Amino acid sequence: MNDEVPANVDLQALLREANVQDVLENLDRELVGLKPVKERIRDIAAYLVVSKARAALGLTGAPPSLHMSFTGNPGTGKTTVAMRMAEILHRLGYVRKGHLVSVTRDDLVGQYIGHTAPKTKEVLKRAMGGVLFIDEAYYLYRPENERDYGQEAIEILLQVMENSRDDLVVILAGYKDRMETFFRSNPGMASRIAHHIDFPDYSEAELYEIAALMLAKLDYRLDAGAEAALREYIAKRRVQPNFANARSIRNALDRARLRQANRLFALATPVTREALQTIAAGDIRASRVFQGD
Amino acid sequence: MRVTQGTFSFLPDLTDAEISAQIEYALRQGWALAVEHTDLPHPRDVYWEMWGMPMFDLKDAAGVLMEVNACRKAFPDHYIKVNALDATQGWESTRLSFIVNRPQVEPGFRVIRQETAGRSVRYTIESRAAADRGGSDGR
Repeated sequence: MNDEVPANVDLQALLREANVQDVLENLDRELVGLKPVKERIRDIAAYLVVSKARAALGLTGAPPSLHMSFTGNPGTGKTTVAMRMAEILHRLGYVRKGHLVSVTRDDLVGQYIGHTAPKTKEVLKRAMGGVLFIDEAYYLYRPENERDYGQEAIEILLQVMENSRDDLVVILAGYKDRMETFFRSNPGMASRIAHHIDFPDYSEAELYEIAALMLAKLDYRLDAGAEAALREYIAKRRVQPNFANARSIRNALDRARLRQANRLFALATPVTREALQTIAAGDIRASRVFQGD
Repeated sequence: MRVTQGTFSFLPDLTDAEISAQIEYALRQGWALAVEHTDLPHPRDVYWEMWGMPMFDLKDAAGVLMEVNACRKAFPDHYIKVNALDATQGWESTRLSFIVNRPQVEPGFRVIRQETAGRSVRYTIESRAAADRGGSDGR
């Protein structure tokens, strides 16, 4: 270590050096809505840069705790943001490799005595140097069954979260209310998680924007009738049960593409490039959501 | 007597940082890593006791080092080695193997001579650790 401690640190230079700005800008551009999430991520990035600067100036202080919890309804972008988070942490040097290992209860908890510990440890070892993303983390804890092996997985997890803080970052994700119950019954877990980020549901306009973005990526476009139909579809689908935000939209678009293919196939004439790209109103209006009108 | 089996065994013992760097190299090559240990080394013993399963799909050396440390804690007086296995077709074998832990005192080996018919002599190498336990280790 160098004995000479610099007198001041340029935070902006530190940020530029880490190329975090690109990731944050990409996040802004590619993810629709999610304003509170983006703000929180900016806060965290700033905090990490400042922690780095403090360390460079020799100011004492424990390394920042980075474990997080992402709460929100399905399809609100938790996994996508976790991937970006891994990249940000990697660029700032808080994780060495920056990969994301996404697991659920089944990957951590075993089926018989003595099966859980090796299974959990294997996952932890794979995640080291990166981010471990535990989806629907509350399933780990099943209070109705006191012999459930989930508790064992939680204990090993806690131990590694505490002892190997430099080696991996854990992100727990799930529905907000159930995560809160989970944290209440596992105070050890709650106290080790510094950042809680809540993902709001998308508005209708945001969902439409997401759909447009998805279609543009797939080289499709909507004709005028289809645009109106899609807006109507989103308004109707949103209030139906089992609505999973962006995921439902993606599925709806997949089905519309299927119907479009079917429609083109039924045509006797050769199809144009234009026809191959265009989704018509009928492709969307054939959905089950419009039935019963 | 210092046991010299595997890579780097004529060098001074590797530090944890050096072990990490070697593991990192193996992971970059796409090799799977495994930890093995024994209290009775023998030049002909290639396979030692396995410490857990071989580790696949790792990205970082910290995971392997965690297992090495767990094994050291459980068997501080054993020889412990890290093996790197290459699954590529044509290799399908260990590409790198080095010792990461040794007992405080290494008793070494001794030669047993057995006189047989016709004045011929048969030689056996036996681990002194096995002899100290009161006889052959069954090898």
